[in-house]
Amino acid sequence: MREPALNRGGAIDVAVIGGGPAGLAAATELKRAGIGRVVVLEREQEAGGIPRHCGHPPFGMREFGRVLRGPVYAARLVARARRAGVEIHTGASVVEARPGGDLLLAVARGVQEISARRVICATGVRERPRSARLISGARVAGVLNTGALQSLVYLKRLRPFRRPVIVGSELVAFSAIMTCRHAGIRPVAMIEPGPRVTARWPSALFPRLAGVRLMTGTRLLEITGEGAVSGVVVEGPGGERQRIACDGVVLSGRFTPESTLARSGHLQVDPATGGPVVDQWGRCSDAAYFATGNLLRPVETAGWSWREGRQCGQHVAADLAGNLPREDAFLRLEAAGPALKYVMPQRLSLPHAAAGMKDLQLRVGREVRGALVAVNEQGVVWREKIHARPERRLLVPVGEIAAGVAAQPSGSRLVFEIREGAG
Amino acid sequence: MTLQQPIQSAQGSGPAAGATFDVAVIGAGVVGCAMARRFALEGAHVAVLEKAPDILDGASKANSAILHTGFDAPAGSLELACVQEGYREYLEIRHDLGLVHERSGAFVVAWDEAQLGALEAIRAHAHANGVTDVQIVTARELRTREPNLSHAALGAVEVPGEGIIDPWSAPQVYLEQALANGASLLTGCEVTGGRFDAGVWHLQTTTGVLKARHVINCAGLYGDLVDQAVLGCAAFRITPRKGQFVVFDKAARDLVSAIILPVPTERTKGVVVFRTVFGNLAVGPTAEDQQSRSDASTDEAALRALIADGIAKVPALEHMPVTATYAGLRPASEEKEYRIHTTPDRNWITVGGIRSTGLSGALGIARHVYRLYSQDGPAHERLENPVVPKARMLAESGPRDWKCDDHGEIVCHCELVTRREIEAALAGPLAARSLAGLKRQTRVTMGRCQGFFCTARLAELSAGHFDRPLAEETGDA
Repeated sequence: MREPALNRGGAIDVAVIGGGPAGLAAATELKRAGIGRVVVLEREQEAGGIPRHCGHPPFGMREFGRVLRGPVYAARLVARARRAGVEIHTGASVVEARPGGDLLLAVARGVQEISARRVICATGVRERPRSARLISGARVAGVLNTGALQSLVYLKRLRPFRRPVIVGSELVAFSAIMTCRHAGIRPVAMIEPGPRVTARWPSALFPRLAGVRLMTGTRLLEITGEGAVSGVVVEGPGGERQRIACDGVVLSGRFTPESTLARSGHLQVDPATGGPVVDQWGRCSDAAYFATGNLLRPVETAGWSWREGRQCGQHVAADLAGNLPREDAFLRLEAAGPALKYVMPQRLSLPHAAAGMKDLQLRVGREVRGALVAVNEQGVVWREKIHARPERRLLVPVGEIAAGVAAQPSGSRLVFEIREGAG
Repeated sequence: MTLQQPIQSAQGSGPAAGATFDVAVIGAGVVGCAMARRFALEGAHVAVLEKAPDILDGASKANSAILHTGFDAPAGSLELACVQEGYREYLEIRHDLGLVHERSGAFVVAWDEAQLGALEAIRAHAHANGVTDVQIVTARELRTREPNLSHAALGAVEVPGEGIIDPWSAPQVYLEQALANGASLLTGCEVTGGRFDAGVWHLQTTTGVLKARHVINCAGLYGDLVDQAVLGCAAFRITPRKGQFVVFDKAARDLVSAIILPVPTERTKGVVVFRTVFGNLAVGPTAEDQQSRSDASTDEAALRALIADGIAKVPALEHMPVTATYAGLRPASEEKEYRIHTTPDRNWITVGGIRSTGLSGALGIARHVYRLYSQDGPAHERLENPVVPKARMLAESGPRDWKCDDHGEIVCHCELVTRREIEAALAGPLAARSLAGLKRQTRVTMGRCQGFFCTARLAELSAGHFDRPLAEETGDA
């Protein structure tokens, strides 16, 4: 299907930056809500996002009620969006997001400027590269993130190494193993600095390790090699060091939102999530901009992001119809680290705190046992007993918070913290 | 001329067959590239011999990309003379060759009372070196000019003429100009020995014998070893000094406008906070003496210390993500001076110990060496209308290819590198033969994601071009 040129076809009501699950869901929902011109701007040559290069299941239970491989799932999301009347422009890279919804694009023919009444940022996440992890050692070929490995294997049928070490044990690390197996790559070990596997359903995933040696409590100290990786030096739980021979390193997980546009532009960024600051509608510091999906925080599944995107589409449709409540006042939400990594949204717009996103999302940075409390100048306004392992998502119903904070002065803070041992 | 021409022109064996060059330049680092250009423009028939598959692969691959005025160079030194002559020539040829120069200025900042007391000597030294616009500024004025600098700054010396350049496109276009005017480049060509016979050098290389009447050793980190291997002795010894750097996210770029220098110590110029023309803010280098001439590894403790140093000077860096880390090796010798020696009876000139100002000094060094060469030997007829190529434009402020029509596609989204740029860098006499070479020529994968998004496309585009491919086919089609 051929899309009309971006600069033809009339005023753009909503421009969605990023054609992954969240962006496509938001765009589809907007069309279903009767919004006129909705365009998805996808910088890759094909829309679909990360699932496009996850050539394995499970995707699609929430969205299609069945288990699909990533590329099939991505293609279905794209087809559904197109059927709903969404224009999808690929090879369209947004270079600058300017106040009020003006965008500067790089497209194959050069640069282009467009304006949209609302912009939804759905640019997703990526894994932290070697540099941001400050990993010691030789700077050699063969050190990749899972995302790069997957696109090599599933999109290009290429294999960058044969015997890599996989670093990390988040869900995506198991995806890396499946990707390796698909390409005839045999990982020599999976190393995880924590005492246990981080992924949420370790018992179900253990069989997938399929002969890959799992080393918990083990830290990557150094990458060695000349020209290409020849090994890694690791430190075990007792401080003992050993060298593992390998020809590659997969740096998995430790996701960070792809928030370039916000960082380089005018939108406020939350250092805790790495994504833009939003309120419970997903609205950014410039009310013409919304954010959704994994850009909001690292990291949830495609299905979760899709559901967020759909909800964001509803919010933006309401906003365009003049039905989103005006913000008379707001509260700032903060998470006290390092036990808590972030809270999202970072703002509650008042007076309608209990509308919009149903839950606040928080994440713990380490194993915690005690109480999660919300504190303001008056003291504890909310508490709940918790016991959570590292990287677990915590959901706090906005409705429960809203009741306790309605009378607070605008701009005041509500801090979430962990009280260890408290019940 | 093309890459392999001298070899192919052989009647069978090696690069020397047939041609005898006027000058062989050993090493295609920034100094070798500038040398080749100067000699080619002066009318000499030049061959450049580089042992790596790509140019700029030794000391020149990593530095702080600053064009220095020489304000702090040792008084009366050859280094000072070369840096200042190089600076002048850079500005002269900048427009014609399409070189980038952002005159950011620099502040030498005092962070304690002792350093504050040292500022006047720095100012006086700069004036004695002929850099007369250098002046002392108060803490208050510094704060106005650099509002994001820590308020712990007590004052500074301002050096308005310091600036930032593209450390790879500049030397590459020097070499391109040499090639366009008749020079030859041999890559993968390591000099292992040689014989001087009847006024002609027969250089043994890993790709055969090359004949040249004069040799200029610009082998950088290996300069002393090349002298030993060919001349049998070296007048200096290289002790590589490793410098690690941390590059922050582009969002940090505008936190400082000038280069923030520390008050130097006896041993090192210290850790600098500097913008790059590519739109990043970087902190470095460390100064670590080591024996290895190739080990440019990074280590976490040093990188953390650099980040802490950066945050202490520019507190807003605290929340900035790190985009890249790298390390470079400076070819330091026993003395704080360039080690340029002639061996007139054997038509040999050694250009060694170009420790940390090579990028600034290269054009001046080349002129200096040409004067040494022509005072005791043959002079050539200077080219009247030399070919003038244009450098690639990779600076963020410049007319980058992504802004131009019909570039094909954006392959690297973080650095906005186009398919057309990548295809160009994979073709021609300086075609990239490694990812490192391609990065220097295009900036591909040098941004935030470090290849997360574009590695697969790059592996596809570079297939068949690299000595070590990024990936092999899985054969599961």
